[in-house]
Amino acid sequence: MSSPQPRPDALVVDHLDIAYTVRGNLRSAVRDVSFRITPGQAYGLVGESGCGKSTIALALVNYLPRNGAVTGGSVEIDGTDVRSLRDESHRRRRARTVSMVYQDASRSLNPSMRIGRQVAEVFTVAGADRRQAAERAEQALARVRISDPAGVMRRYPHQLSGGMQQRVVIAMALAAEPALLILDEPTTGLDATVEAEVLDLVAALRQEISTALLFISHNLGVVARMCDRVGVLYAGELVEQGPAREVFTAPRHPYTVGLLRCIPRRDHLKGHGVLDTIPGFLPAPDADVTGCEFADRCALAEDRCRTDPPPMYPVGDGRGSRCHLHERAHELPRSTPPQARRAPEAVAATPLLQATGISKTFRSSGADVHALTNVDIEIRAGETLGLVGESGSGKTTLARVLLGIVEADAGAEVALDGQPLADKTHDRSREQIKAVQIVFQNPDSALNRRHTVRRLVGRALSKLSGLRGSTRDQRLLELTRSVRLADRYLDLRPGQLSGGLKQRVAIARAFAGAPRLVVCDEPTSALDVSVQAAVLNLLAELQGKEQVAYLFISHDLGVIRYLSDRICVLYLGRVLELGSAEAVFSAPHHPYTEALLSAVPTVDGSTNERIKLDGEIPSPANPPSGCVFHTRCPRKVGEICETDEPPLVEQEPGHAIRCHIPLAELRTMQKPERPAPAAIEPVA
Amino acid sequence: MSATAAPIEPSGAVDAGSASTLRREVWRELRHSRSFLIGMTIVLVWTVCAVAGYHIGPYTPFEQNLNAVNTAPSGSHWFGTDQVGRDVFSRVIAGARSVMLVAFAATLLGTILGTVLGLITGYLRGWVDESLSRLIDALLALPVVVTAVLVVAALGPSSITVALCIGVIFAPLIARTVRTAVIQERELDYITAARLRDERGSYIMFSELLPNVMPPIMVEFTVRLGYAIFTVASLSFLGLGIQLPTPDWGLDISQNISVVSAGYWWEVLFAAAAIASLVIGINLVADAIEKAME
Repeated sequence: MSSPQPRPDALVVDHLDIAYTVRGNLRSAVRDVSFRITPGQAYGLVGESGCGKSTIALALVNYLPRNGAVTGGSVEIDGTDVRSLRDESHRRRRARTVSMVYQDASRSLNPSMRIGRQVAEVFTVAGADRRQAAERAEQALARVRISDPAGVMRRYPHQLSGGMQQRVVIAMALAAEPALLILDEPTTGLDATVEAEVLDLVAALRQEISTALLFISHNLGVVARMCDRVGVLYAGELVEQGPAREVFTAPRHPYTVGLLRCIPRRDHLKGHGVLDTIPGFLPAPDADVTGCEFADRCALAEDRCRTDPPPMYPVGDGRGSRCHLHERAHELPRSTPPQARRAPEAVAATPLLQATGISKTFRSSGADVHALTNVDIEIRAGETLGLVGESGSGKTTLARVLLGIVEADAGAEVALDGQPLADKTHDRSREQIKAVQIVFQNPDSALNRRHTVRRLVGRALSKLSGLRGSTRDQRLLELTRSVRLADRYLDLRPGQLSGGLKQRVAIARAFAGAPRLVVCDEPTSALDVSVQAAVLNLLAELQGKEQVAYLFISHDLGVIRYLSDRICVLYLGRVLELGSAEAVFSAPHHPYTEALLSAVPTVDGSTNERIKLDGEIPSPANPPSGCVFHTRCPRKVGEICETDEPPLVEQEPGHAIRCHIPLAELRTMQKPERPAPAAIEPVA
Repeated sequence: MSATAAPIEPSGAVDAGSASTLRREVWRELRHSRSFLIGMTIVLVWTVCAVAGYHIGPYTPFEQNLNAVNTAPSGSHWFGTDQVGRDVFSRVIAGARSVMLVAFAATLLGTILGTVLGLITGYLRGWVDESLSRLIDALLALPVVVTAVLVVAALGPSSITVALCIGVIFAPLIARTVRTAVIQERELDYITAARLRDERGSYIMFSELLPNVMPPIMVEFTVRLGYAIFTVASLSFLGLGIQLPTPDWGLDISQNISVVSAGYWWEVLFAAAAIASLVIGINLVADAIEKAME
């Protein structure tokens, strides 16, 4: 493989067209996509769902579904046309050319085979004998920073955490040092601290090997952090490409401009004003668009945008933009007025909901799993309490206890307006039932797919508000209009609506009984960023109008920050920090909060100093002694952390931290608030 | 809440391939399926016979011509005549009615009973599920035909007894399928949402869950219908169902089986072929529906 002449480009995609045959019709999925990746470079491909990211990835490895075909252009990896790699006889060569890491690592691993055998198999295929293969497998696992490779090799995939599984998959993908490694949403679904670790690993490996990366993600922050160059896909076309930092700080295509504006930034709060959104929807896959694909949603569009498809205009060094108006892309007017929202009225003296001593123990195969341990929270009328924590922290269990779906252990007390709330929904009064409702994460699961929108919302109205007949129909229209659902959607079923519209139906249903508290369980995590912005705007608007309180669960700290007045940080079922959003997000904070905040990649590429956490989140079945966080705490003070659990102490008014380190000391440890990343607010 | 403030979402990303278009998708799939078309043709032909069979045959099914007993198939008697000179062709056509009616009623009864049982066991779980499921398992252990013979013999042979008996025997089979579908479905958030509105169990089972578990029920219904035809015909053959002189395939076979050895094969063969073709037709349809639903 080592040849004197310079290595060819790792990937050259030249005018690639891909189409699917749907019921006898050819439907174009990717059009005229060209980009190249030089050896060792990292290229990010970003775009919202339906833009063709995954189709391109599949075409690169020749795995298009049977009804998909490359209808034009070519793909060369490491100087070889991929179509020639299809052959079984080229298996070995393919292993050295390209490999792919998928989103869900657990599905890439064979559940019935020990890790060692699976990794060794890669080397056996490449021609090593059994002992050699086992040795090299161990080295490969060590390379992805697995501390006990021999031990891990003896385990089965289900015995490893998600982050560990993804490391194993990456080790296997890199085994043959391919020229190109494709990572398709490799960290989606992982917790923030684990995601950060995997990204750190990939970044470190790039220093060691010459493999080029194609990084596919919907998360602009991740791409900004990992990639040298980036391409933005829209409706199957590459609309903009260039060096990542330049594209994200000074975008030259209105779609990129809009996309960047949709993302809630750390310093952007609901009181500051509404988020910008991208109006409209992706053109339908069979739509016949004559001009620019984005023209319909673009406020800058002129007549020629609707008639002449724009070519890829070169706009500076290695940059291109498929926009006639690339000179003025940054002038794109906001689609929503940036008016400030009136601050919620003075918070009532008595809390709306008060929960004390909430513990929940699940019994699972003989062992007690402590999902929640002695949690006290209160939620005031009209405020948003953000609930932050990684998987296994108990955030969903807490929400379910408040809703009456899960019964807490004895000793828990939940009160609404000072009146005790029964453990089970069924035993609560009708007033109490309608007062506490929920918006689920996944609208596909939350809405009965056989019912029309009218029936879904109407049933909630009659059941919760007790309305009948024409009063109900009247209220139904008011309600659906208030969540910006056009009347014509009322007789459609969820399957006929886009993700954002479905989530609006779910919100309308939750608001049917004029609730006092709505639990929002990751309501936007299944949505694209532009849709997420619209849904967040709607939630903030409804809160302003209805004085409803939210318990808002999200793993996205930007989203939490945008909507929350106060924030509660959970770890292994315990509250580690509780205070105003302002206080929790700025130092001094609990060391865990500090690590969480530093783990979030930002779009503007402002690299925070990462606080690394060691090891895995411990099992709630066997929580560590003393402070539950001591096993991973970078600021552990000593033995006291292992023996005594620190109390949750109100360190300053309205800001409680569960840590042995005194507040003053935390303050000096954690450098004063890093300069706000406002430095590169691209085009506001 | 006023609806004046901001613009309503402009256009509706309405995509295909979803719940409400499911029926249309399935239908499109079926129309292109050869086994469905063939099976449906067979079933429709027999359905026409069941409805109008007494009138469309060349003779009435009861008409005896003692001058032409045991005649072989010919131009005037396509399928020949039987021991008392009745036209076999006319009896086969008319015979579709009794077997299809009884089998359909039995399957419908079994499906309704089984669906209710499946919804209750799958949704309520706990001790209700435990006890009912044990009962279902016990019933499943009984061989269908043997049980039917014993029950019908004990209660006295009649079409209604046969339908009731087969329906009750089928119910646990269908219940098990429905229960499995319900157990998956009840984990979805819309059921939690219904509980948070304090909906009654019956509403959740019949208005929320039932429409979503219809596809497997439809498949199960067609599959069971095929078995029911076969079982009804077997019971008639044993003399435990429809009684003479009603034309009926199973009954006609048993009446004439003794003369096959004398060479009068047509008196049995055509009725047997009728049973086989109907069962095959229904099974083809069932297969196609099952495939289209996935």
